[in-house]
Amino acid sequence: MNLVTIAFKSMKHRLVPSLLTSLSVALGVALMVAVLILNTVVTKMFQETGSGYDLVVGPQGSATQLILSTIYHIDNPIENLPWRYYQEWQEDPRVKYAIPFNMGDTTEVGNFPIVGTTPQYFITEYAPDKKFRVGKNENGLRGTWDAVIGSEVAKRNGWKQGTKFKMIHAGQDDHVHEEEFTVQGVLAPTGTPNDRTAFVHIDGFFMMSDHSKPVRDAIKMEAQFFRETEEQVTERHKKDIDEILRHEGESDDEHAHHNHGPTPDIQKEVTSILLVLEGTSLQRANRALIIQGELREGRRSQAANPVQIMARLITNLVGNIRLAFLYMTSLIIVVSGIGIFVSIYNSMSDRKREIAVMRALGARRTTVFSLILMESVLLCLLGGIFGLLFGHAIVFVAAPIIEARSGLLIESLAFTPVELIVIPILVVMASLVGFLPGLTAYQSDVAEGLQS
Amino acid sequence: MSLELIDVRKSYREPGGAELPILNISHFTLEEGEQVALIGQSGGGKTTLLNVISGLTRPDSGRVIIGGLDVTDLPEPARDRFRAERIGIVFQTFHLLPAFTALENVLLGMAFAGKQSRKYATELLDLMGLKARMNHKPGQLSVGEQQRVSVARALASRPRLMLADEPTASVDLANQENILKLLQETCREKNVSLLLVTHSQEVSSQFERVEQLSDFNQIEVHA
Repeated sequence: MNLVTIAFKSMKHRLVPSLLTSLSVALGVALMVAVLILNTVVTKMFQETGSGYDLVVGPQGSATQLILSTIYHIDNPIENLPWRYYQEWQEDPRVKYAIPFNMGDTTEVGNFPIVGTTPQYFITEYAPDKKFRVGKNENGLRGTWDAVIGSEVAKRNGWKQGTKFKMIHAGQDDHVHEEEFTVQGVLAPTGTPNDRTAFVHIDGFFMMSDHSKPVRDAIKMEAQFFRETEEQVTERHKKDIDEILRHEGESDDEHAHHNHGPTPDIQKEVTSILLVLEGTSLQRANRALIIQGELREGRRSQAANPVQIMARLITNLVGNIRLAFLYMTSLIIVVSGIGIFVSIYNSMSDRKREIAVMRALGARRTTVFSLILMESVLLCLLGGIFGLLFGHAIVFVAAPIIEARSGLLIESLAFTPVELIVIPILVVMASLVGFLPGLTAYQSDVAEGLQS
Repeated sequence: MSLELIDVRKSYREPGGAELPILNISHFTLEEGEQVALIGQSGGGKTTLLNVISGLTRPDSGRVIIGGLDVTDLPEPARDRFRAERIGIVFQTFHLLPAFTALENVLLGMAFAGKQSRKYATELLDLMGLKARMNHKPGQLSVGEQQRVSVARALASRPRLMLADEPTASVDLANQENILKLLQETCREKNVSLLLVTHSQEVSSQFERVEQLSDFNQIEVHA
């Protein structure tokens, strides 16, 4: 019979106090683990998502809003940019890919965000060395009315290749677009907001009712944006504008008989543009800084680096919340440590005889000291292991709830390396809280103990 | 194993500061394999004497020699080791640990001597007539059975000297005889010296050698 067995049996004998003490440790550890995992997963998701793009170009306003809406789809878009501006970026020699993004609408079923974009979006890496994949025999955005959906959209809505769906116009719950898109592919899970997004071909997006800007407003906006006169803009898009104005006088019936081609460029807008720059990573970083500077001076739009914005957000906001949570959970663990101390220390008076008997049987002072310490460590370890499991169970249960409420994707079975230090920390804490009761056992008078 | 006490004195300090003499033994011997009953009144220092012999309490002065070894001046860890390996103790109130079964209590008696044998522990319990009760906890055993477990535990480390402190005081008459017989016979069989302290004339009458611990201020016990 070794020390661990003796300590374990003593604990088992005082089952209820031992369980309660371990439980308090378990709760502290569970909370800490849950916070650590959620924090790590959320931070990783925020840091990785969008790191495949060098810049996000959008209208002037909050850079954070631009990133949150474009990359994470958890905020409203700021405003729109003229299509011509996107075309300028396409022609910029520093730019490898310029990908237009149009957002605001949601799916009629499930209320998932819609992104109107080009097939190019799926060619780029959404995170370092991570590319989008669709299922076997599935396709990307080929035709005007094609859609590719995220894995969660497919799972929640039960959609698959061939499913047709409609969407709700931005901010108008009662305005369901008549047009239907057909799912051509389901993306493999990415652990990013893309999983809960439905991507539609940008041509189809523009061709939907109310999605093309009224021509006069479009001329005005483009002129304002490029600091040109309306005449200059009209001259530039003369062919398209003439065609549009020619049909303005037609009745709905007449209008319906026309074979509409793609939406004229003047009536197209984008909410943001993703840029992947040419060059090595160093050159890309350098070019991104130059472009940001240029846009700041031009005052027409802004370019935000998703990684930088998220790093700032995580440090300033999420980081502080995380710290607060970590302090709180650490405090809970310390309190449960004090609970163990009180529990063991209080039991010492009842255990005087037990310790004296062991000493009478030949146990050394150091042996009884170690025994008490062992008991403290075992209580903490049991609580710690249960807490780790419980913490993961919390994450497992909370993940879909958090996802449903915030859109943040949490990996249910996530593990964070920080968890590995929880157990050693608990052993140290157990040794500290077990020290004083152990010392009491060490100093106990055997003759007196046998009389008790 | 023989036992010799030479000029052993022990006193306690009373709350008022005055000294309360408990032991004053000029000379006492117990030969190897011998069995002695020591009679004394309650509060007469019987338990203190056993504590001094077993090394649980250090005497104020004098020498305790066991098997030719003066244990008085041994450092405490060495005394603990000596007690674990050479001395068995049977207590009046058994002092079985409630968290452990009968078998585990006996194994515990071996654990601190570093010589555990489940087989021997089982044999001892069998010898005590407890084969069917070895997996019961003390609370599930009768008083007589508990004391028999404590005798088995005291014998578990194969001691050479057995100290018994009123071992039958807490049990009924039928168990008294049974336990005493078991203790004496087992010690005789295993050539273990036995020093039993009691206040009972009935118990002491079972011994060939009986000594009187009559006066706690001037205890003089001679062989």
